[in-house]
Amino acid sequence: MGIENTDDAGVYKLRDDLAIIQTLDFFTPIVDDPFTFGQIAVANSLSDVYAMGGKPLTAMNIICFPINKMDISILREVLLGGLDKMREAGVLLVGGHSVEDDELKYGLSVTGTIHPDRVLLNRGARAGDALVLTKPLGTGIINTALKGNMASDDLVAKSIRCMSGLNKKAADLMTQYSNIHACTDVTGFGLLGHASEMIEGADVGMVIQSSFIPIFREIQEFVEMGIIPGGLNRNRKFRMDMIEVGPDCPKWIVDVLFDPQTSGGLLISLPLKEAADLVKRMNDEGIEEASVIGKVVAKPKGKILIL
Amino acid sequence: MSAKIDARGLSCPQPVLMTLDEIKAGKTSEIEIIVDTETSKENVSRAATSQGWKVTDVSEEDNEYAISIKKD
Repeated sequence: MGIENTDDAGVYKLRDDLAIIQTLDFFTPIVDDPFTFGQIAVANSLSDVYAMGGKPLTAMNIICFPINKMDISILREVLLGGLDKMREAGVLLVGGHSVEDDELKYGLSVTGTIHPDRVLLNRGARAGDALVLTKPLGTGIINTALKGNMASDDLVAKSIRCMSGLNKKAADLMTQYSNIHACTDVTGFGLLGHASEMIEGADVGMVIQSSFIPIFREIQEFVEMGIIPGGLNRNRKFRMDMIEVGPDCPKWIVDVLFDPQTSGGLLISLPLKEAADLVKRMNDEGIEEASVIGKVVAKPKGKILIL
Repeated sequence: MSAKIDARGLSCPQPVLMTLDEIKAGKTSEIEIIVDTETSKENVSRAATSQGWKVTDVSEEDNEYAISIKKD
């Protein structure tokens, strides 16, 4: 038996052909509707297991609730939203724990299984790989605009569909390929934050084609008006020394590439030929925004060039 | 005429919205906004520029920023 520490979740080998994979995640509401919040929180919690190529099996609720300030029906709606998503994922809720807190928080502790030889890490991208992203970017900016009542109902609905969408199907399709070199899910550090983790100190770099990246186009106006989350600026400041931006990439898009995502898509590194095939199958199966967004290169190593 | 906005203690996007409201109200051609995060400083400056205003001065003191903007 061995123990490994990894980025998205913990993996513990039970037998040569079986390991358990565990993860935990919870956060405060990012949307007003409690049922929707429950769905998003669960999609987000399960995502770490999918990103490593695992299959989530059971989950426990983690709830912080201000029982003296908030109506108990809100709690019920959050839990029902969560349960709805767990059913969709085929995950069994086996328990949970709640505490009183000043602010509502919800998420899951998740346990799944994975073959020990098929654990996908965020490290391992090789020169010649293509990079696939499975969900559009911009949910952090939309959440900020929503707080200021500036986002249209249509845009918010699209963003909610994105955040509450499970990465299950994307992961199911991905794990049918035997040569996935690296995978992570795009969350709080933004696309470039997570992409930077994949190549920091490694022998490879990346070239990302900004025009290929799926983005909620309506957010350009918000970005240019300064309606952007604090996390975006922190992400940019932390990683900008690894990034080079070419003259053809619009300035607002660079900001979007650092936008902290809630329950974002998978970022997958695999050989170019398979990548094209994988994206086509994803598109056919309803993951319409999945796209090849760039490639892994031998030089310059440890840098990301945005074209 | 000039106006002053105190957006200390407020998180994104509130400082930006207050700035945009004041600009759109059209009663003044100079505004000073006080914020207490670097993010707000950057976002407020960007909001002003997006409306065709100029950032004329940014001063920092004790982690607070005073941003002066002027109608161009």
